[in-house]
Amino acid sequence: MASVSPLQLSVFRGDAEGGEMVTYSVPVREGMVVLDAVLWAQANLAPDLAVRWNCKAAKCGSCAAEVNGFPRLLCKSPVADYGEEISVRPMAAFPVVRDLVTDVSWNYEVNQRIAPFTPSEADRDDPRAWRMQQVDVERAIEFRKCIECFLCQDVCHVLRNHGRKDAYFGPRFMVRMASLEMHPKDSLDRRPQLKGEAGVGYCNITKCCQEVCPEHIHITDNAIIPLKERMADEYFDPVRSLLRRLGGR
Amino acid sequence: MESYETVDTAVLVLGAGGAGLRAAIAAAESGARVTVVCKSLLGKAHTVMAEGGMAAALGNVAGQDSWEAHFADTMKGGKLLNDWRMAEIHAREAPERVLELERWGAVFDRTHEGLIHQRPFGAHTYPRLAHIGDRTGLELIRTLQDRLVHQAGIEVHMEVTVASLFAQDGRIAGALAYRRADGGLVLYRARAVLLATGGAGRVYRVTSNSWECTGDGTALAYRAGAELRDCEMVQFHPTGMVWPAGVRGILVTEGVRGEGGLLRNKDGERFMERYDPDRMELSSRDIVARAINSEVLAGRGSPHGGAYLDISHRKPDYIKRKLPSMYEQFLKLAKVDITKDPMEVAPTIHYYMGGVRVDPETGASSVAGLFAAGEVTGGLHGANRLGGNSLTDLLVFGKRAGEAAAEYSREHSRPARISKAEVGEAVESLVGPLGRPHGENPYRLQAELQDVCSRHAPIIRSESGLLEGLQQVLELRERARSAGTGGPTGRAFNPGWHTAQDLGQMLVNAEALFRSALKRKESRGAHARSDYPNPDPALANVNFVVREVEGAMSVRALVREQLPDALLAVINRSFEKYTPEEKE
Repeated sequence: MASVSPLQLSVFRGDAEGGEMVTYSVPVREGMVVLDAVLWAQANLAPDLAVRWNCKAAKCGSCAAEVNGFPRLLCKSPVADYGEEISVRPMAAFPVVRDLVTDVSWNYEVNQRIAPFTPSEADRDDPRAWRMQQVDVERAIEFRKCIECFLCQDVCHVLRNHGRKDAYFGPRFMVRMASLEMHPKDSLDRRPQLKGEAGVGYCNITKCCQEVCPEHIHITDNAIIPLKERMADEYFDPVRSLLRRLGGR
Repeated sequence: MESYETVDTAVLVLGAGGAGLRAAIAAAESGARVTVVCKSLLGKAHTVMAEGGMAAALGNVAGQDSWEAHFADTMKGGKLLNDWRMAEIHAREAPERVLELERWGAVFDRTHEGLIHQRPFGAHTYPRLAHIGDRTGLELIRTLQDRLVHQAGIEVHMEVTVASLFAQDGRIAGALAYRRADGGLVLYRARAVLLATGGAGRVYRVTSNSWECTGDGTALAYRAGAELRDCEMVQFHPTGMVWPAGVRGILVTEGVRGEGGLLRNKDGERFMERYDPDRMELSSRDIVARAINSEVLAGRGSPHGGAYLDISHRKPDYIKRKLPSMYEQFLKLAKVDITKDPMEVAPTIHYYMGGVRVDPETGASSVAGLFAAGEVTGGLHGANRLGGNSLTDLLVFGKRAGEAAAEYSREHSRPARISKAEVGEAVESLVGPLGRPHGENPYRLQAELQDVCSRHAPIIRSESGLLEGLQQVLELRERARSAGTGGPTGRAFNPGWHTAQDLGQMLVNAEALFRSALKRKESRGAHARSDYPNPDPALANVNFVVREVEGAMSVRALVREQLPDALLAVINRSFEKYTPEEKE
């Protein structure tokens, strides 16, 4: 095989206090992905280079980072798609633990604030109630593809640039709430939470999240916009508002 | 001495894949306080990689399916080496566990009648695998995860790795662990410990397994005095990616064949005709994996040493709906459009049938208070696992073991004592590599171990290869005693240190594999030997059991209890053949 010149891989080395980009020269193998390059550097040049990874098959969402400035899964980024220089940095929306590893625990706290799937009392024990057609589940299925890599959270400017984790759950959890809202058997009204602490109103539809999703979930089009509509219909539709007032609600 | 934090809990669950999560939910529902410790972030466990589906005799597609048929398939697939009671419990309870998952919010693909759809899979007589596209494991884990985080009484400690267990007078007492983020040590004192740590696929080089599949639970149980069984039985999944080199080993779901995918050699022949003309592509995994291996050895392999797997005769829309992640995986990583061109595939290490020997009803190991569920156990799958049986294994036995562990913790309201000296010893061994910046590089040792297992315990084994392999594992074990971190000795998220830890667990698994494989002088299921190419009737009802005796690993033959006549009759029953209706 013709020899290929080695890859110049720059990786952020440091922690919450700060750090620097360090460049490693990595031999290139056919079909190599950026995660392979990082792991090669780890095994051969920098044994303490911290990176999260599990499946190396784009199914677990552990190896999210920024490759040449773009939020990517390292295991799904072929080296051949880039030039001879690649830079890898940790996700910017979360505090750095070490090197490419960030503290994503905030996401787990948010998830806990979303009420779980709740079927109605009547449905719960009635086997007939669970007959559903493929078209009924299709909408929820798209959202359930999410592998929780948090790249959408990383790129969301409400979280990344404005630091409003206090006001908005972020695209991942809009997807989560959409998967529950659009589950044929979920019985909860999630609109009050969407309007309130989940902050669906903060999204101004730049669709950056949708662009970086490795599962190609149409986050903005199919999750956030419909959720905004449901919320607006309930709270900001003048006719409904009038009816509500007349009905004494 | 090093300082450590102490955590008290009733039930300590190690692992947060399907088995760990289901067990934790069951234990908490039974009223126990539960702490789940997982090596990765919640929701990232190897279970997410399960693709094809979960096997349960719901009878939604083939009305004639029954628990008996499922039981018979499982036993025959496992060459009757299975623990028959586990196989019976599994077949009987799987449907209930799948329906329960749906009630908890899991979304499955539907039949035309609106029921959970079931796809055909290798060596299952009827279409039996409940699925959602080709990401069934993700659905299972996300459903359980979301249920678990809202369940009172469960605490989850993420990115914490357990290094050793403590037992006092044959009763489990707790565990020593470290946090990856800051390297802090934690001593867990628990009344019951439940292992749900998965398999050890990473002892091989080419594997479909995750980073964390280093056989921790098996090794921990062994060191705590528990028995292991069937350690020679390691499954090669017939279809892993082979090309490009960077992606070698990544799984190609059996769902491709379930949906009608055809295997061909370089001459375009459907070679399964030669190996299993009845079941063809949907034969059991051991047979298909060896068939591909034989084709390659006979010079009929594909350019990169595998076979072609072709689904392109199906409509593109159908392929993208039923096999979305396969479509994406090949397009992105191999630049192959599977709706147009065949995939190139070869066997890859996939699953450990062997593991901790447990009581079939409760998942109790031979150490009091130590339970296990899922891939870390041995028994259900015998000599070869059928696709789809592992996901229902996690649910059925996760629940049972969780309940039993909770009950044990209730009956033993005081935890067993852990001696200070023992903790000191464990701490010393855990932090040892940090004091050896110039010790052997753990990454190199790990790579050498993977080479040894790949070379000397391959798909077809031999006495001389296995002896050589065992010898090399023992040498690596000696060298590993002085392994360092590879250089830097920081505590915070230091993967060199973590690798040194994992290495110790992997070595126990590898040693058990070689020692057991040497004992089984026959070919049966996943264990094939060139020097003993046929099954030996004298070993048909023998399992090999591994245990630590006076500091050394011993393997003994255990003659299995006879199958009750009623169950034997079920296995010998001839089940009605299923002919699928063609519809897309």
